[in-house]
Amino acid sequence: MKHRLNRRQFGLGVAATGAIVVAPGPIRAVQAATPIKIGSLLPRSGYEALIGQGCQRSVEVAKKLLPDMGYAFEIIDADTESKPEVARTQAEKLIREGANILVGAFDSGQTFAIAQVAEQNGVPFVINIGSDPAITEQGYKFVFRNFPTSIMLGTNGLSRFNDLFKATGATPKTAVLMHVNDTFGQSMLKGINALMPKLNLPFEIVETIAYDPQAKDLSIEVAKAKAAKADIHMVVTRLNDAILMTREMVKQRYEPMGVISPGSPGMYQTQFLKVLGKYAEYAITNVPWLDPRQQFAQTFEAAFKKAYPDEICDIDAGFTFEGILICADAHKRAGSTKAEALVEALKATNIKDRVMLGGAIAFNEKGQNVNLPSAGVQNRNGKPTVVLPAENAELKPVFPVPGWSRRG
Amino acid sequence: MLYLNIIIAGLLTGAVYGLMALGLSVIFGVIRIVNFAHGEMMVVGMYAAYLIAVNTGLDPVAALPLVTAGLFLLGYALQRGLINRYIARPEHEQFLLLLAIATIITASLLMGFGPDARSVPLDYAYDSFQLGPLLLDKVRVLAAVGAVLGVVALWGFFRLTRTGKAIRACADNQVGAQVVGLDIKRLYAVTFGLGAACVGAAGCLMLLLIDVQPYIATDYTLLAFIIVILGGLGSMPGALLGGALVGVTEALSGFAVDPSLKSAFSFALLILVLLVRPQGLLGRA
Repeated sequence: MKHRLNRRQFGLGVAATGAIVVAPGPIRAVQAATPIKIGSLLPRSGYEALIGQGCQRSVEVAKKLLPDMGYAFEIIDADTESKPEVARTQAEKLIREGANILVGAFDSGQTFAIAQVAEQNGVPFVINIGSDPAITEQGYKFVFRNFPTSIMLGTNGLSRFNDLFKATGATPKTAVLMHVNDTFGQSMLKGINALMPKLNLPFEIVETIAYDPQAKDLSIEVAKAKAAKADIHMVVTRLNDAILMTREMVKQRYEPMGVISPGSPGMYQTQFLKVLGKYAEYAITNVPWLDPRQQFAQTFEAAFKKAYPDEICDIDAGFTFEGILICADAHKRAGSTKAEALVEALKATNIKDRVMLGGAIAFNEKGQNVNLPSAGVQNRNGKPTVVLPAENAELKPVFPVPGWSRRG
Repeated sequence: MLYLNIIIAGLLTGAVYGLMALGLSVIFGVIRIVNFAHGEMMVVGMYAAYLIAVNTGLDPVAALPLVTAGLFLLGYALQRGLINRYIARPEHEQFLLLLAIATIITASLLMGFGPDARSVPLDYAYDSFQLGPLLLDKVRVLAAVGAVLGVVALWGFFRLTRTGKAIRACADNQVGAQVVGLDIKRLYAVTFGLGAACVGAAGCLMLLLIDVQPYIATDYTLLAFIIVILGGLGSMPGALLGGALVGVTEALSGFAVDPSLKSAFSFALLILVLLVRPQGLLGRA
């Protein structure tokens, strides 16, 4: 006997079909309303503690600023203790605690360890700061980086040298390069050595000096640099070593035409400026920086200054904030906390309203954002100030710089 | 002339290293206990000088007598109250005890001060003396002078005072010392106190040269061991010679070869001395 559909069954069928079609909406809405858990990993103790705690300040600002803009998230903080092995275990711990996405970790070695954990566990990971090019060359599906690689930093940073010499009419012939001897320093060195011949820079590196990032005394290294009698002193530093190095340069009366970093932390940071006072002036760092023309950058900087009036809102603060923004934005568009949805949303990221100089935040097929130019940032009047490119400059660059004894 | 600058800088740093290591040598020479918490005690001295500087504005060099006295009392109490019970025990138990003390000190400093590096702003931090072609860092000269004076004071104590002579008697012949009625326990406590005072004084001077944070202790414990083994465990002049050798080796190797290899050359020197003269350069066979 044939089964005939009655009106009741037909009505129930239509209702069920309608529910299936409409359901993802409410379910997505529920999931979008469900805050995403962002696991934030930073070196808040150990030898990178000062910088890590600086980045943490930006996380605290993001916790207050971004929810007002409609983003729903919860941040679980973790300390990598400036060690890759601790970074790995902390990442695993955050995932066990329910983190849907990870962000971090400032240091390339620690970032690499976390990337491996994220990939193994299928959890998306947004890199705030960490420049080793190899991180996005592993074919990882879950790793996204909104920070220039050391090659990009080197290329963009070294290109600014020619802009500086052109703007000031002073051209050095020789340079000594002092670099920190860790993953970051080594990758920067490789990048610099590879790029120097291609960029037609007018100077030659006559001496390269590597030093321990945890060194407590750099007197020998600075003596060696001084003995090279080079025109400029190029550096790839972290924070504590930048302070030690500059102190020794003053004590040993080593006065090159300028101290210039092609793209490393240290010389633009609050602690460097506070501790060294007048001796911190005129140091130049070619790094990505906050875009003073962007409204969002101004809003972020104002919020940062309000929360931390004695701290400088610098590249570390900007990129860390953008790291949280990227996670929250992906969640909002995905409408889900599931890894696959988040990954698809991250791939489609296109954030035009951003904090840092450059085009919209977007990732290429390797998970790398390539829209990250460097600015020439010189310490002037106790504050890192954009001096290049000319169209974004707040002041004209000073080069050669005054000797130590002629500082005000 | 450049190399002369480097050698002198090495000697100046080596003088402070020597004072630091002297405390270790004094303690072992008399009590026959190896103080594995030596670097930690130096860091305690550094933090004490830092606190005095921050709260009273007193320069670490001026604070030296106060810090030295404080560390003496700490060392005396530690020996009298705890370490004395382990003197007759196996060496591995002594090692574990002092390692535990070291861990407690580091953890306490971390809790109290946090991990950030701290330094004392000095008016003369950037000054240097020019003597012809020589350029001498004022801070390093001051630290070295302080170290040498500290060593002279300790030498004077052991040579000229009654207690000092009694301690030397203990070191030479413990049984004989007991027979003549010396209070060995008190003298051991005084010796440990002196060792701690030495390293506390070194801490004050070291604060002029480097920033303090809890994690540096282990490096300096290791450095102290290298110096006393080089110079001879139990030998005061040996500690000074070892300090000078390490200071100059680090400076010269870092300049002439590669700064990253500074420590490697110090360890290589240690291995060489152990192969040729295992008791140390001035140690007794």
